[in-house]
Amino acid sequence: MGSYQIMTGNEACARAAIAAGMSFFAGYPITPATEIAELCSELLPQNNGVYMQMEDEIASIGAIIGASAAGKKVMTATSGPGFSLMQENLGWAHINEIPCVIVDVMRKGPSGGSATLPAQADIMQTKWGSHGDYRSLVVVPNSVEEIYTETIRAFNLAEKYRQPVILLYDAVLAHMSEKIYVRDLDEIEIINRSKPSCDKKDYNPFNYESSKVAPLASFGEGYKIHFSGLTHDETGFPVSNQNTTGLEVLIHHLFDKIDDNYDKDIKKYETFMVDDADVLVVSIGITSRSAKAAVAAARKQGIKAGLFRPITMWPFPHDDFSRINLKSKAIVTAEMNNGQLNQVVIEDIDRNQKLVMKNLYDGNQIRDIDILNSIIEANKYEQ
Amino acid sequence: MENNNSLKANINSRLCKGCGICVLFCPKKIIEVKQDKAFINNIDDCIGCRQCEYHCPDFAIVVGDNNG
Amino acid sequence: MNNDIYSKYLVKLPTMWCPGCGNGIVLQAIIRSIDEMDLDLDKVVFVSGIGCSSRAVNYLNFDCMHTNHGRAIAFATGIKMANPELKVIVLTGDGDCASIGGNHLIHACRRNIDLTIICMNNSNYGMTGGQYSPTTPIGSITKTSIYGSYEPPFDLCDLTKSAGASFVARAATYYPVQMKNIIKNAINHKGLSFVDCASDCPSLYGRLNRLSDAANMMSLWKDRLVTIKQAETMSSEQLQGKVIWGEFVNNNDREEYCDIYARNISKAKESING
Repeated sequence: MGSYQIMTGNEACARAAIAAGMSFFAGYPITPATEIAELCSELLPQNNGVYMQMEDEIASIGAIIGASAAGKKVMTATSGPGFSLMQENLGWAHINEIPCVIVDVMRKGPSGGSATLPAQADIMQTKWGSHGDYRSLVVVPNSVEEIYTETIRAFNLAEKYRQPVILLYDAVLAHMSEKIYVRDLDEIEIINRSKPSCDKKDYNPFNYESSKVAPLASFGEGYKIHFSGLTHDETGFPVSNQNTTGLEVLIHHLFDKIDDNYDKDIKKYETFMVDDADVLVVSIGITSRSAKAAVAAARKQGIKAGLFRPITMWPFPHDDFSRINLKSKAIVTAEMNNGQLNQVVIEDIDRNQKLVMKNLYDGNQIRDIDILNSIIEANKYEQ
Repeated sequence: MENNNSLKANINSRLCKGCGICVLFCPKKIIEVKQDKAFINNIDDCIGCRQCEYHCPDFAIVVGDNNG
Repeated sequence: MNNDIYSKYLVKLPTMWCPGCGNGIVLQAIIRSIDEMDLDLDKVVFVSGIGCSSRAVNYLNFDCMHTNHGRAIAFATGIKMANPELKVIVLTGDGDCASIGGNHLIHACRRNIDLTIICMNNSNYGMTGGQYSPTTPIGSITKTSIYGSYEPPFDLCDLTKSAGASFVARAATYYPVQMKNIIKNAINHKGLSFVDCASDCPSLYGRLNRLSDAANMMSLWKDRLVTIKQAETMSSEQLQGKVIWGEFVNNNDREEYCDIYARNISKAKESING
């Protein structure tokens, strides 16, 4: 039996992480993510966990990567400016396939922007933030309860697929309180990284043969693990520049392990009244709640509207979205930025489909009435 | 007691890069660099002091028991 | 049995370092120091950043982490705090730890976390072709200071001592046996230990400053190096251009960070039980 509790999004994130087995958090204070660090500093030491306040966000992600390699489930939490600082070490975690969860609580940017105001303008950064080719795994909850469940899923995906997973939500969700249902620990599915069973001297920290994920030994267990940010082979040692196959196979693997398993448990989205929708609204996070209300209001006016809400933002569920939007005449993207989701869905719509963008970046949330007006506009255009 | 005289320097040409640091430190002056590789001219004069070994940046010199 | 030392601790020789590079001498001193200690080799982790020095982990038969430029100490901090029974040794260079990684260096010293940081200090950025670094002496010719370096350099021992490191020493590739002993003391020390290894880059710094070859560069250390004891009797004029080596700080009074954190855990548990 679980229980109903009232908490903020940031509190849900910290509590869910600990429920998922997170025992190491390193971070740096930043609005609007700070409460996650504060709660971790209180709760983790009560159970032999580590809270480390590092000198900056670069060190924060560095420390969690190190702790993960030493066998811990790890997390850091930040906002845009700190997330920008984390990008080089994020790439390191990708190329070395280190499980870790990074929370980006979006505030209005660019740069310092407006620290206390919400935004949804880090969508593209979570996909492309670090240099080079890699496959991002990003989840975007839209309620406090979903922050709780998606935080746990983020840890499960990170441990299973051995890579960073980014939990992305905005300042509104971070600070709003909601009543949520919290399951008992024994009712929650928790995935732990697979450990090697081979002879220690035969162990390779990487497996590039297929879309499989190599088991991950921890430092100190005698496996003599080698990690390097340089392009490496399955032993972890750098590949020479002449070995073009070796240079290529690592990149293939970073994509294949996610793409080949995408439909199993990575893909996740919500649909609402999409079956006969003429106008399909695409929205994430806090804005999707206004969007859902707008869709319901449009239906009352006789407009066949529907909602497509990615919960796994990256990789985006292009196949499913393409199938769902086939019958729709218009797409509305609603987002708190100057246009990022629209650039994603534009790949999946044809020239006969109208795209209406509802963007807001003045620090306010998008109201349902504003999205409803966009739906009406999209619907009119088609008639 | 260990007999130092039985310890002799051995140069691994595969690892030697011919930097000449061993030449500088050899107290008997029996090491020479020829065509980018260090060579020992008169191994009988080697006293096994290990100065070349400890200063070699390339792990190319090992002082050991030549008879063993 | 020296041969066994190399095959026991090293892999993938030859190294990629240029002829006469001091990094190999430091690496040799490190494995010899470890060989003389009674360590569980499965519990030793090497962490490095980016640069010629940091390539050292690619030749070590240990748990190793070759991280991003300047970030080794941050990664190492996480490893140590996740599992305090590990011996965590950071291999770094002057640019890596004192420039791009300077913030992590001073904060690790402030915390006095039990890491051993070994800096292969060759006074320039070697991997990128010989540009001036935060330890390049004034007046030196480098690829980015062709009129002579004009930025005041750091003394890394002064820096780490001021920041709170509880073991601070300088060793020199000219004295490899003493370097080995200093590194041994550093690894044995509980708390943050920092060893500045005065070293040479003959191919770049040496060539640009017309210091002839590696052997000649090495020979110049003989007159430059003075021990802490010798330095005590020398005037500041006499110390001009000299490099003082030895153990500057070996202080067991400062509490180590893992122990400090263990007390934090005790307090947290008391708060929920009390």
